[in-house]
Amino acid sequence: MEVLTRTAAVLDLERVRADFPALAQEVNGRPLAYLDSAATAQRPRAVLDAMTRFSIQDNANVHRGLHELSRRATERYEAARARVARFLGAADPAEVVFVRGTTEAVNLVASSWGGAVLREGDEVVLTVAEHHSNIVPWQMLAQRTGVRLRYIDVDDAGRLRLDELDALLAGGRVKLVSLAHVSNVLGTIHPVRDVCERAHRAGARVFVDGAQGAAHLSVDVSALGCDFYAFSGHKLGGPMGIGALWARRELLEAMPPWQGGGEMIDEVLPERSTYAAVPHRFEAGTPNVAGAVGLAAALDYLESLGRDMVEAHEAALVRHGLERLAAVPGLRLYGPPGPEGRIAVFTFTLDGIHPHDLATILDAEGIAIRAGHHCAQLLMRRLGVGSTARASCFVYTAPEELDRLVVGLEAARRIFSP
Amino acid sequence: MIDGPPPADRAGNEAGASSPAMSSLSSLYQQLILEHYRNPRNRGELPEADADVRMNNPSCGDSVRLQLRFEGDRIVATRFSGEGCSISQASTSMMTQVVVGKSVAEVQQLIERVKEMMRGDEAAARDRALGDLRALAGVHRFPVRVRCALLGWNALEEALRQARG
Repeated sequence: MEVLTRTAAVLDLERVRADFPALAQEVNGRPLAYLDSAATAQRPRAVLDAMTRFSIQDNANVHRGLHELSRRATERYEAARARVARFLGAADPAEVVFVRGTTEAVNLVASSWGGAVLREGDEVVLTVAEHHSNIVPWQMLAQRTGVRLRYIDVDDAGRLRLDELDALLAGGRVKLVSLAHVSNVLGTIHPVRDVCERAHRAGARVFVDGAQGAAHLSVDVSALGCDFYAFSGHKLGGPMGIGALWARRELLEAMPPWQGGGEMIDEVLPERSTYAAVPHRFEAGTPNVAGAVGLAAALDYLESLGRDMVEAHEAALVRHGLERLAAVPGLRLYGPPGPEGRIAVFTFTLDGIHPHDLATILDAEGIAIRAGHHCAQLLMRRLGVGSTARASCFVYTAPEELDRLVVGLEAARRIFSP
Repeated sequence: MIDGPPPADRAGNEAGASSPAMSSLSSLYQQLILEHYRNPRNRGELPEADADVRMNNPSCGDSVRLQLRFEGDRIVATRFSGEGCSISQASTSMMTQVVVGKSVAEVQQLIERVKEMMRGDEAAARDRALGDLRALAGVHRFPVRVRCALLGWNALEEALRQARG
């Protein structure tokens, strides 16, 4: 077995794990090994405390009350927006729109920007590796407007086929490229900066689905050069039901409102209304203020661990996971085979054992993985499999949990051996 | 078809039934189930089928295609294809064996009995009429897997409706 190389600055994993109350439990008589963080991450106590504190002390509706609690709630909410802007490397908090999550952000952009800007015959480029949430909203737009969807492939190592992107861009009809920063199945970190340069040269905008990327990478929207970036709070230790869409200010300014309601108006007349300025124009109704507070606390928590140490820990998990899984007979790993350009998401199949059976057998050992199509049916078809098993890590994942996964896979092989 | 008690637990043998969860596992992965998974019966296509149903389990991606041929009121041939876990494949494989020669009314009774067994009904789990299917009795302890076990049976119900329509 590989001995993990320890650098001077290492994450104090025991301390980190102690920050996540959900990890300290037994499942089916075994300590929980939570390897489903790509679906949703567990939350640190700092997030739970911040949300509770908000509910106990500051709960009120935002932007409308003149009383003290409303003032505090508004302040917390807007401070969370500024926190998200800082996390994304965005200069202007007004470029951050709070949404329920990445899915809602894609729907918002497809509906508002897509509906206003795209015309019949225009093309939207997606990749076969996209999550359904970055496919279906564009299909709905295409059915409404006659916009054409084009797909680029990934190669056998899970890397984006940039040659296919270039060929599509050369056609001159592409108005938007929408892709994940990091594939939720393959774990591949897509070359977003490169994609943005190519797309912009061809006059196309770029939407980045950061659901996985924001949880594992330092994000800097100006360095990436994208036009839209969206992520979900719950993938990085925040609560469910809150996420953010960042977009260049000039794009947001030109976009029509998406949902109508309170909070997003300037003046309401019987037949028409005028709308609030960005970003509030896109936040109809009472927002998820406690969620925004929790999201900001999650970003603070991650920062407090130290980005370098978090990244070193992730790199160690990638190397350890790849090495251990490669030693399992009959295991086929999908995505980049080497440690470069990938995160610690391991998607695989095991000969002769269906992924659902693996998930059930591992669950009996207290090991939580995901089995199925991972909301990526196009990619499953491309890989020629109906479903796969996926073990995914976050900042609290211990290398020993990946060892337990491997032991569990061997137990499954024994159960299924003739 | 086997009569009498369900086949002995042999799954999970060397894996060790050291915890309650592991012993539930052995009751789930009976040898008979694994044997049907490895060697499914009546897999393939049926020419001139009277009913032809495709069904998906969208939450997990399992799919089944079930074809039936009738003579009068009785099922005389079945074939299935598709992709899925050991439980869905074994359950469907066993089902295709057991329904041949049965009338629509008998099959409907059987479907109800299997559903009762999946709800944990112990009398159903001992019912000799279920034959090999009793090996699936352990599935009820894994609620998320019940829908796997019932995928083929749901397709069968749909096929009966199709044949009568």
